[in-house]
Amino acid sequence: MNNSWYIPLFPEQASTFAWQVDALYAYLVAISIFFTVLVVGVIAVFFVQYRERVKFAIPEQIEGSTMLEAIWSIIPFVISITIFVGGAIVYYDQYRLPTEGMEVYVVGKQWMWKIQHATGQREINELHIPVGQKIKLTMTTEDVLHDFSIPAFRTKADVVPGRYTYLWFEPTQVGKYHLFCQEYCGLNHSGMGGYVYVMEQKDFDNWLSGNTANQTPAEAGKDLFVNKLGCASCHGAEGKGGRGATLVGIFGKPQKMVSGQTIVADESYIRESILNPQANIVEGYQPIMPTFKGQVTEDQLVQLVAYIKSLGGTAAGSTPTSAGSSPTQTSPNTQGSKNFGNAGSNGASPNGSTPGRMN
Amino acid sequence: MQENLVINNTQNLPVYPKLNYLNNGHTVSSWLLTKDHKRIAILYLLSVSVFFMLGGIYAGLIRLELLTPKGDLVESGTYNKLFTHHGILMIFFFLIPSIPAVLGNFLIPIMIGAKDLAFPRINLLSWYLYIAGASFTLWALIQGGVDTGWTFYTPYSTTFSNTYVIATGLGIFINGFSSILTGLNFIVTIHTMRAPGMTWFRLPLFVWAHYATSLVMVLGTPVLAITLLLLVVERVGRVGIFDPALGGDPILFQHLFWFYSHPAVYIMVLPGMGVVSELIANFSRKRIFGYTFIAFSSIAIAVFGFLVWGHHMFASGQSPYAGLVFSFLSMVVAVPSAIKVFNWTATLYKGSISYDTPMLYGLFFIGLFLIGGLTGLFLGAMGLDVHLTDTYFVVAHFHYVMVGGAVLAYLGGLHYWWPKMFGRMYSEFWSKLSAMIIFIGFNLTFFPQFILGYMGMPRRYHAYPEEFQVFNIFSTAGASVLAVGLFLPLFYLTYSLIRGKAAGDNPWLLPGLEWRTTSPPPTENFIETPIVTWEAYEFGEESGLYDEETHHKSEVKPVSLFDQN
Amino acid sequence: MAAHIEVHDAHGHIHHPALQHHFDNMEQQKEAVSIGMWFFLVQEIMFFGGMFLVYLLFRSKFPMAFAVGSNHLNMWLGLLNTIVLIVSSLTMAMAVWSAQTSKRNLQIIFIIATMFLGSVFLGVKAYEYYDKYESNLIPFSNTFRWEPEGEHLIEERKMIDEHAAPNSVEREMVANNYYQFGNKVRIFFWIYFAMTGLHALHMIIGLGIMLWLLYGAIRNRFSSEYYAPVEISGLYWHFVDIVWIFLFPLLYLLGRHFLE
Repeated sequence: MNNSWYIPLFPEQASTFAWQVDALYAYLVAISIFFTVLVVGVIAVFFVQYRERVKFAIPEQIEGSTMLEAIWSIIPFVISITIFVGGAIVYYDQYRLPTEGMEVYVVGKQWMWKIQHATGQREINELHIPVGQKIKLTMTTEDVLHDFSIPAFRTKADVVPGRYTYLWFEPTQVGKYHLFCQEYCGLNHSGMGGYVYVMEQKDFDNWLSGNTANQTPAEAGKDLFVNKLGCASCHGAEGKGGRGATLVGIFGKPQKMVSGQTIVADESYIRESILNPQANIVEGYQPIMPTFKGQVTEDQLVQLVAYIKSLGGTAAGSTPTSAGSSPTQTSPNTQGSKNFGNAGSNGASPNGSTPGRMN
Repeated sequence: MQENLVINNTQNLPVYPKLNYLNNGHTVSSWLLTKDHKRIAILYLLSVSVFFMLGGIYAGLIRLELLTPKGDLVESGTYNKLFTHHGILMIFFFLIPSIPAVLGNFLIPIMIGAKDLAFPRINLLSWYLYIAGASFTLWALIQGGVDTGWTFYTPYSTTFSNTYVIATGLGIFINGFSSILTGLNFIVTIHTMRAPGMTWFRLPLFVWAHYATSLVMVLGTPVLAITLLLLVVERVGRVGIFDPALGGDPILFQHLFWFYSHPAVYIMVLPGMGVVSELIANFSRKRIFGYTFIAFSSIAIAVFGFLVWGHHMFASGQSPYAGLVFSFLSMVVAVPSAIKVFNWTATLYKGSISYDTPMLYGLFFIGLFLIGGLTGLFLGAMGLDVHLTDTYFVVAHFHYVMVGGAVLAYLGGLHYWWPKMFGRMYSEFWSKLSAMIIFIGFNLTFFPQFILGYMGMPRRYHAYPEEFQVFNIFSTAGASVLAVGLFLPLFYLTYSLIRGKAAGDNPWLLPGLEWRTTSPPPTENFIETPIVTWEAYEFGEESGLYDEETHHKSEVKPVSLFDQN
Repeated sequence: MAAHIEVHDAHGHIHHPALQHHFDNMEQQKEAVSIGMWFFLVQEIMFFGGMFLVYLLFRSKFPMAFAVGSNHLNMWLGLLNTIVLIVSSLTMAMAVWSAQTSKRNLQIIFIIATMFLGSVFLGVKAYEYYDKYESNLIPFSNTFRWEPEGEHLIEERKMIDEHAAPNSVEREMVANNYYQFGNKVRIFFWIYFAMTGLHALHMIIGLGIMLWLLYGAIRNRFSSEYYAPVEISGLYWHFVDIVWIFLFPLLYLLGRHFLE
């Protein structure tokens, strides 16, 4: 929908609130333009009309006018009250949770969103929802403040440790929309986000029943690594490491553990590290990795192992670091991919590290 | 002492004393141990300029990083430190002290006809506290910096950040006392030190604005102090006032923090409004329109400013009923600001407006503050704020108020009183050029950010989706223009100190008390205590400025206005 | 005329020796210092106000933990300190009066009495702190240890049952807090130490001011013409006393009976 020359000024309207918020915005923009043009225009006219004609001349002195003061106190007051009322009405709809609706649970964690559907389906940094249904999110966080924000839905809510906050919306349009963390949460704050996929009901049902993809296991694994599971937020976009251990070139090599022993990084070791990360910690790193038990299927584990293998670099096969593998990044998003027309960051950049940035 | 005063008997006028506050002592200790409010103001001028430059460098790096969507210039940890340092330095060590401690310090005693502030030693202590706090913070930043954002939200700041939160917090804590003591000094000075005849309603509006500001400083800053103290002890001692894992409440921190930090916005912008009232009235050569309304609107802003902190927290999980009250009161605060803007505009009507540099800044201020204020309404409307909060819309909004408002007013004030402070005139060409560049650069930098914000670009993002890049390019381009504009004054103002032509005591022939003493003023400000018989902004014949016959003035008659017995 | 014009810092020689150069006369100077002190006290109210807000919030959040914590404080020592401070306010007022009536010796006696009472207060406070240290109740130390005592927890459990709806998130969270009872008591002690510590700091500063007053009184600086320093120091001292008058019931008394 975005041609190359088209610069959008608004995010898409994709929820039932969106038009209300946009209408209030338009009202305020109109007020702002009116007063700016009025005041700046009057100043410009006075500036020219009453410029100093004789050096240090004394113009007629005017004390003021109580009538004028009253007018320009009362009019702004009345206008600001209309804004207050408008804002309160729009807010009221957002705040009042619907009685029925699809329940989704959200847990924020530095720096990923862990999401679980009422049906038990888990996702990370992605939210798949059906169009035209009320969605209720119950949210909390394991560590610091986060904020679950979907600009296309015009709504957001802070996620507060030690308590639950709620958010609801009703998507009106099928598509792929940005999901951001909008409360500063530390090192990789800007990486803590992903996409919300709004799908037709039947696509959603399909999605619930299992993913299909025509990717190689390594590509699918990379997609999981970078986009879906958020591994990249600690292990780096290309597995180069960060807070978590580097994964480049480790496959098949002995790794030194905190406990002093040395373990060869084979398939079962990688699998164990994903499911039970605290068991063996690589020397020099903190035991901070959450368990992915129950969140990844065996298929996905295989794909992840395949991806980490492909980072090895010594064996045959391409290093999937740059342009080579990247164009395929546009397709892996299964159901979401059909709504992929807008300039989502993945497709637009041929640069390999892009997906890791804005996953 | 007599040789300092030359009596020119032929005109029966005392001519400028040879001794003024600048040449009254040249030793280092005559500056570092001075109790003269004017010298302390100069000390502040130098120190806030340093922090403005440092903060500006950080801003430049932020804009460079955001030129491209990828986080490719610096690491994300470094970026987080950049915006944190930028915020902390600019807010606590530049904006809050800038106008009050430099211009207010220099001018309030002169404007009310006093010899000094009520507590000169406390005034010097304020500067030392500022330097101590600033050094402490600077040391923390050099050691490794801090990455919590200037807001220090818990529990990130108490538990998760492994940067120098404690040292930075203590630096700001110490600096807070500088602010409190400055406010206290101003309040007492304005209450008790006014010259004979200088009634409350003859005070220049600059003084009224500082009175309101001082109230906020004295009432608000202690709450920030106690909040930072709690934060620091929580970090050191692992007790959980704010940490939910230990039974604390992270939202409490936000309440306490914004209880100070929202009024702090008024600490930054109210003095700016005071400066602009001076500029608009004096360069239109008219009594300001609606003097009492402007004076009381400052007080109203200071008072209501304390009741609106919750509008920072509409999306934070606070009670929606509290939100309603805060939203309503935020709308109420808009009214006194609107009153000021309309009165300034009306003052121009039938004036005799000159285009000097300070006036340019004054007019730019009105336009930019207007946009900053109106966009504040967007953020005060709850339903809209939910979408806009923590996006670039907020960033643009407060930069319009802080830079477009407070910084432009500071620069305008500095240009306006520069000849009084140093007795020298700067280059009219370069100063106008720089004002224009700043205005254009500023709008180019920050206007695109409104659009970015509405599109949903979150603030404090090191990397962002590509569809946001176009406006970020505009913004970065604007920032480089703005940087050029802000660097120019450094050169031409410094140059004016060396080569600038003498300004004379009253270069613009204005009636305020500060223009009725010499330039630069003597240490005790006036040869003798003035007796005020005229109203504020009195341009009529009462002011004694004008020749009765020609009705406009050709010769400057400074101190002679006072009865010589 | 010109002979009187002085452009640099100097004291006008025809005035009272205590008049600072930038004031016109003694009334102006006295007015300035007393307005200054009043606004300073307003600032102090805001400073302590933040702490009182924190106290109120957590007290309403964790009433039982606060009752438990409060029972670890020694009410009789608190009462003793309250009486000591009230008497010290009286002696301070007498010191101001003797300055106003130019009675040098009485002034010295009352200032010393005030200092003595202030020191007694701090001594008692130090003993109380030491006692908390002995019982491992220093909240910001790793050795903090509060052993739950059965009946208190039963009370807490009862409160959960009464107030939280079954199966609610609220209940879950309250129940969660139940296991963190020790942490809540720790918060009580942290607030106790923060508030009384800040108060004690103000007392110590007060004693410093008294020392300075004593020096001035011995050198006979204060008289019916010039007593502003004594007066504003008195204001400060009374303010610090009043803060204690609030702290004592809030920390020592409120909530005691909950458990008895």
